[in-house]
Amino acid sequence: MSQLRAKTKHAMPSQEPEKRITNFSEVALGYDEKLARAEAERCLNCKNPQCIKGCPVEVPIPEFISLVKQGDFLAALKKIKTKNNLPAVCGRVCPQENQCEKYCILGKKGDPVGIGRLERFAADYELKHGSDDTSTTKAAPTGKKVAVIGSGPASLTAAGDLAKMGHTVTVFEALHIPGGVLMYGIPEFRLPKDVVQKEIHKIKELGVEIKTNHVIGKLSTVDELLEEGYDAVFIGTGAGLPYFMNIPGENLNGVYSANEFLTRTNLMKAYDFPHHITPIKVGERVAVIGAGNVAMDAARTALRLGAKESYIVYRRSEKEMPARQEEIEHAREEGVQFKLLTSPIEFHGNEQGVVTGMTCIKYELGEPDASGRRRPVPIKGSEYTMAVDTVVLALGQGPNPLVPKSTPGLELTKKGTIRADEETGATSKPGVFAGGDIVTGAATVILAMGAGKKAARAIDAYLRSK
Amino acid sequence: MHKIIKKEVLSEVVKLFEVEAPLIAAKARAGQFFILRLDERGERIPLTIADYDREAGTITTIFQEVGRTTKALGKLEPGDHIADLVGPLGQPSEIEKFGRVVCVGGGVGIAPIHPIVRDLKKAGNDVITIIGARTKDLLFWEDKLAALSDRIIVCTDDGTYGHKGFVTDMVKEVAAEGEIARLWAIGPMPMMKAMAATTKPLGIKTIVSLNPIMVDGTGMCGACRVSVGNETRFACVDGPEFDAHLVDFDLAMRRMAYYREEEKRADEAGSCKCGGGCGCHS
Ligand SMILES: Cc1cc2nc3c(=O)[nH]c(=O)nc-3n(C[C@H](O)[C@H](O)[C@H](O)COP(=O)(O)OP(=O)(O)OC[C@H]3O[C@@H](n4cnc5c(N)ncnc54)[C@H](O)[C@@H]3O)c2cc1C
Ligand SMILES: Cc1cc2nc3c(=O)[nH]c(=O)nc-3n(C[C@H](O)[C@H](O)[C@H](O)COP(=O)(O)OP(=O)(O)OC[C@H]3O[C@@H](n4cnc5c(N)ncnc54)[C@H](O)[C@@H]3O)c2cc1C
Ligand code: SF4
Ligand code: SF4
Ligand code: FES
Repeated sequence: MSQLRAKTKHAMPSQEPEKRITNFSEVALGYDEKLARAEAERCLNCKNPQCIKGCPVEVPIPEFISLVKQGDFLAALKKIKTKNNLPAVCGRVCPQENQCEKYCILGKKGDPVGIGRLERFAADYELKHGSDDTSTTKAAPTGKKVAVIGSGPASLTAAGDLAKMGHTVTVFEALHIPGGVLMYGIPEFRLPKDVVQKEIHKIKELGVEIKTNHVIGKLSTVDELLEEGYDAVFIGTGAGLPYFMNIPGENLNGVYSANEFLTRTNLMKAYDFPHHITPIKVGERVAVIGAGNVAMDAARTALRLGAKESYIVYRRSEKEMPARQEEIEHAREEGVQFKLLTSPIEFHGNEQGVVTGMTCIKYELGEPDASGRRRPVPIKGSEYTMAVDTVVLALGQGPNPLVPKSTPGLELTKKGTIRADEETGATSKPGVFAGGDIVTGAATVILAMGAGKKAARAIDAYLRSK
Repeated sequence: MHKIIKKEVLSEVVKLFEVEAPLIAAKARAGQFFILRLDERGERIPLTIADYDREAGTITTIFQEVGRTTKALGKLEPGDHIADLVGPLGQPSEIEKFGRVVCVGGGVGIAPIHPIVRDLKKAGNDVITIIGARTKDLLFWEDKLAALSDRIIVCTDDGTYGHKGFVTDMVKEVAAEGEIARLWAIGPMPMMKAMAATTKPLGIKTIVSLNPIMVDGTGMCGACRVSVGNETRFACVDGPEFDAHLVDFDLAMRRMAYYREEEKRADEAGSCKCGGGCGCHS
């Protein structure tokens, strides 16, 4: 191999910003075969690959990339699938710069290999061309039944793995469509919903039954599931409880939680109103409070719903913004404006109770806090008013209390998350395991999947020892 | 999919449906509701469980046709199906032996009062039920409620049936006759607000069931937030029943009106054959 290795990743073909803010179609279009093979050529196929260390589910990265190099895309995907049941999702939404790609050796002197993009390519290739491979190895039926609560990435991973291990798995989902945040939170333009549903379909093909419209804690409790004959329960109910700021004016019309704003748009398809019947209202000037992935999604969604100006309002500085790098860049390209070191202290409204503006205060950075980030300190006398007609609060989410509250004997943390063993997902209640955002608080898709995977292994061991 | 077993037309705009939902029926309790979605493109709308039959595996709901979804629902017939039903949602009513209690149902709010009356009676209370509507045609379930209550009082705003007057007037009369240990009032927001104003000076602990706009019904979106005692609460998981004297009704009413334009557009799109797809309504 004498050819000079490109220092930079092959660029991702994307919809142009001016065009994409007028539609909800996917922004990043994905590599074609030629680009994928060229990007794969950059990989050194390291003997001691550092990249894998950064992947919470240990995708065999160099192996799948060499299969892409050889043009055997279906084999590449099969390799990925030995560890990851949702590659089309992860390839799109993993914060790769903090995970696999952060550790890639090429990153020392230039761009790391575009691992996520290659993973997405392989997964899309199969979704598009189909696979004649039906040989997923499934263990002999064990006769054991497992109930999985929620159908986000943690639950889907646990369910898929448990089915492969030979157990009978039933998933209970509160909403009318499975997928959790992948369906109701992350927008279509970043993660097309038919991609998610196709991946869920593959999990169903493993024999997993998914019951939607089942709110556990209301329709049945965890204890009742155990009494009804489930041998073990996995709780993956996520961090769906939106935080508010507790400042005046927060209940004005036009002040949305990010969850409501995104759920109306994604799950209920309000962007297609009135063809789809759920409405959403977006004004000309939209302020999104927060700077995580959720905030970027809301700010970019607002533009697509017709906002003329869309602002990210964040009380820390650019460096502390928790969103994926790519989302911040995409938001900037699309014209989202950033008001940093700023936060609202009050919302104002008109007679109809509709928000018309907010008073903000400016901050400066002080000493580092417990999270290691410099603490924002309000600057006295810096208050000013900003006119807005829609506000979206993207301040993070807590654990939904429905299941914890209805399950006696389940130990919780002070924050209300479920206390579970990091390696096994075992909770304080025998036979009950938990993982994903309900344990860690709002985190990432891949960490939730990692937790689902570990829990599946532990549940299998538990069932076989019973 | 949930099959409609029975349909009753209670008035021009108020209909009753009995729907197959064995799991919900098995768990339903007084004060709870469910959310339905008619079809693929449908909105999720909340309706109260007006009755349930655990053995037959059905729930009964009574609804008023006010907009796109309730009008479309009203067109369905026995044998038709509803795509999604989720429930039972919300906290059940707090039922104990209180003594002399009053249950007030206004308009379509007569329906949700029914399971509460039944359970209060079962718990040994002396139950006085008051039902009222704008006019005679909008009344229903008088017999059913009379059979469960120790006493029933019926009134209409226009005097076309029963006493002429508002339910609040009837409550004042009942309060004058003796102590009311607790009172439930369910109906349109203005009626509940007026009831709160009536019972507060009389010192009667009053429970109302709030009906804000909802999306998921599981505490995930915050659309249903209401202010109770100056605290933000989610009606779908913390309620829908709250202490009437602590509720900010004006805020709740303003929040309910936010989508009025869109509701009108959806309704118009629904009455044209295209189902909203033709583009002429957008
Ligand atoms: C807008 C948004 C954008 C994001 N972007 C990214 C990103 O780019 N990259 C990334 O890695 N992460 C991202 N995240 C975070 C990521 O989506 C979550 O960390 C992940 O989805 C957590 O998975 P989970 O399986 O724990 O729970 P969830 O995905 O939250 O799923 C939980 C499911 O459980 C259901 N449920 C809850 N209660 C009950 C009950 N009582 N009974 C039955 N079902 C119940 C819920 O309806 C839901 O479907 C984003 C999150 C949001 C909200
Ligand atoms: C917990 C709960 C229980 C309910 N129980 C019943 C019931 O048993 N019977 C019944 O007839 N209705 C009930 N409602 C109200 C019912 O949900 C609404 O009437 C319905 O959502 C209207 O939908 P639509 O598409 O037909 O009308 P839309 O076009 O959405 O609305 C038309 C009109 O109804 C008002 N409206 C919209 N949403 C609501 C709402 N959530 N509550 C009240 N008014 C609303 C609007 O302000 C508008 O004036 C309940 C609501 C809640 C929250
Ligand atoms: S799953 Fe995520 S972290 Fe793992 S290799 Fe794929 S993109 Fe990287
Ligand atoms: S560290 Fe980078 S170059 Fe080495 S195998 Fe992993 S992806 Fe390839
Ligand atoms: S309806 Fe979404 S939180 Fe209550």
